[in-house]
Amino acid sequence: MANFSKSSVPRFSVEVYQNEYLPEGGSEVHAVVTVGATGGGTTGGVPLPAAARRSPHRRSPAQGDAAHDQRAQGDGAADAADGPGRGTAVVLMVDCSGSMEYPPTKMRHARDATAAAIDTLRDGVRFAVVAGTHLAREAYPGGGRLATAGARTRAEAKEALRRLAPGGGTAIGTWLRLADRLLAASGAAIRHGVLLTDGRNEHEAPQDLRAALDACAGRFTCDARGVGTDWEVAEVTGVASALLGTADIVADPAGLSADFTRMMEHAMGKEVPDVALRLWTPVGAEIVFVKQVAPAVEDLTGRRTEAGPRAGDYPTGSWGDESRDYHLCVRVPPAGLGQEMLAARVSLVRPDPAGGLPETLGQGLVRAVWTADTAASTSINPQVAHYTGQAELAHVIQEGLEARKSGDLYGATARLGRAVQLAAASGNTDTAKLLSKVVDVVDAATGTVRLKAKVADADEMTLETRSTKTVRVNRTHMKKP
Amino acid sequence: MRHDDPHGDFELAAPDPRAARRPAAGHAPCVACRAGRVSADGYCENCGHKQPRERDHMEQERGRAVAAVSDRGLRHHRNEDAFAVSTAALPDGSTAVVAIVCDGVSSASRPDDASAAAARAADASLRAALPLGTDPRQAMHDAIVAASDAVNALADEPPGDGSGGFGHDAHRHRNAPACTLVGAVAAHGHLVVGWVGDSRAYWVPDDRATPAARLTEDDSWAAQMVAAGLMGEAEAYADERAHAITGWLGADAYELEPHTAVFRPDRPGVVVVCTDGLWNYAESAGDMARVLPADAAEHPLHCARVLVGHALDGGGHDNVTVAVVPFAAPEPGAVSA
Repeated sequence: MANFSKSSVPRFSVEVYQNEYLPEGGSEVHAVVTVGATGGGTTGGVPLPAAARRSPHRRSPAQGDAAHDQRAQGDGAADAADGPGRGTAVVLMVDCSGSMEYPPTKMRHARDATAAAIDTLRDGVRFAVVAGTHLAREAYPGGGRLATAGARTRAEAKEALRRLAPGGGTAIGTWLRLADRLLAASGAAIRHGVLLTDGRNEHEAPQDLRAALDACAGRFTCDARGVGTDWEVAEVTGVASALLGTADIVADPAGLSADFTRMMEHAMGKEVPDVALRLWTPVGAEIVFVKQVAPAVEDLTGRRTEAGPRAGDYPTGSWGDESRDYHLCVRVPPAGLGQEMLAARVSLVRPDPAGGLPETLGQGLVRAVWTADTAASTSINPQVAHYTGQAELAHVIQEGLEARKSGDLYGATARLGRAVQLAAASGNTDTAKLLSKVVDVVDAATGTVRLKAKVADADEMTLETRSTKTVRVNRTHMKKP
Repeated sequence: MRHDDPHGDFELAAPDPRAARRPAAGHAPCVACRAGRVSADGYCENCGHKQPRERDHMEQERGRAVAAVSDRGLRHHRNEDAFAVSTAALPDGSTAVVAIVCDGVSSASRPDDASAAAARAADASLRAALPLGTDPRQAMHDAIVAASDAVNALADEPPGDGSGGFGHDAHRHRNAPACTLVGAVAAHGHLVVGWVGDSRAYWVPDDRATPAARLTEDDSWAAQMVAAGLMGEAEAYADERAHAITGWLGADAYELEPHTAVFRPDRPGVVVVCTDGLWNYAESAGDMARVLPADAAEHPLHCARVLVGHALDGGGHDNVTVAVVPFAAPEPGAVSA
């Protein structure tokens, strides 16, 4: 719909999908906003060979001279600072609690995975490794600093990994706070964490973790991984949710290296930090909800920070070449038939690191038009319908698993049956597959299922962790006018 | 539609009062809340209300020869009606007056574009043909064909209004753009009317003691039922299908059947050329005569405003468009009808 971004950063596009027509007296406006970022000089997650990285063609304009200077002052390692990795800092948090000792391969896989992640770091990216137990310790490089990725520092970091020995408890909040201190000191524009745990957060109170997440939210983004099956899904997804990262299960520790490599490639693709979705709404309007709905459901409604008259910002974290969908619902004061109102002005904004006015990266309009034409006002936009279904899918999976744990077999069957139905109808085959490991599907179309008598922990945890993953509307069905 | 005219020769004789009220971006306050500034894209920065669009209310006059007013009405979200009024010099030095009124078919896509294109094309065709001495009835027939071609051509075009882009009017995309048309030409003491669909022309004599008359026969389900003798008028018009039109301009029309008729009024009067947004509130010729101001011939623009006001007072359920063409008394000795 609109494309206002400067050529020096990835181009952001904002497209609004909605049925703007409301019946007389209608007040609820739904819209799906698709935000795409392209052309930022990222590689779509594929790391480039070092030679290509140093080519002038690869030089990303996303980080200006200011970022360069800032970084150079930060640790004096500007020699390696050429390429999109510049201005990025990553802290890897590895669970070293006593439980990592069993089975003995677990610690080895965690070490290998962290090593693979370190190998995926681009030259010039600053990084540190935190060993996490009931307290957090700087495993590499130490001294409250970050190392600059290069052949020497990678080798040193991997050597430090070999010295990691399991022992102690688990207090994830302390790991996050240390990561925050390190990342803040780096002065990097893009600040990212990766957290690996295998057990429950037993050595601090839930409110301590909550407080740590609140303190870290908006300061860095963080992906979280649970390895094995002895961790708490809510804790891992809670970290990822609060810090705008991804959560996943790696049930088999042998799969860690591949997962960490993918995750780090994704992190290396990020070019624009701290992007917010800014919503302006008219006087008298109420924002019912704002959710990210693709690639996964994340409710942002409660994360608003005011941004001027009738405007608020919702955090979206950092962006590389990617596309995300947001579903928003606004209640507006009804106007007369024939009237048109702007229900929301949606923009992507990036704060000015120098403290000036934020830059608008893209904008779209959500409109409300009152009409007596019932054919117009009763039709539902296909995108809105689709994501309403995907959000319900995530919700009924979580409720169904909760019911199953609490012994409410009737409730569990009904909700997981509904989930099977929704997954099948929307083409969410990944989720359908995960569901089929928890229930026997009698008829997907009607949502008729039977709970399996025996379900592997890993299958149940995988379904729970990935319940928020969505698929997009099959747009080949949607004709351009 | 004025700014749509590629020839740029649609002089705006009288300022549109709503346009005059419309605030320039960032200057005058919003017309809805009177508090907010209006952003560059036409929305109030306080209450979000879209400021009136030019097409919501349009007025035009050609001296006292002809005037037209079109209004969005009170129930529809946009004005899908359009009109064109003009004068043309005839070979003998006299002046012909042209009025065209079109009503976009809402169940088809881009009805606003269809009506604008049809009115523009029919008007241009008449203004080109009449000065060459073309028989006015033939010229009217050709103008309807030209309007039909213009609407058909829209079916192949991408939408041009930019009002919503992808997804806009999604429920309508199945149907090609379509509209009705009614036109009147006053020339040489003759009155030529032409139409397709259910937009109408009425004759109202200045002397209200003499009867008014409807000059067109709707292409509508009810009119067909009555004409075929299958139903009485009351029964036919009470049916929910009554207003379904059986003839229109547009690519989905089976075959184009332009209707034309010639009248030679023997006394002065006015021709009221209108869409059903007006005649739904003054259906019979007698009703139309009653709502038409007595000084219609002297003040056609005022008269058109009064007629639109009548429809809005009645509920304004549809877009309302009316052109008023004063018709002078024929010269003494002229042939009378």
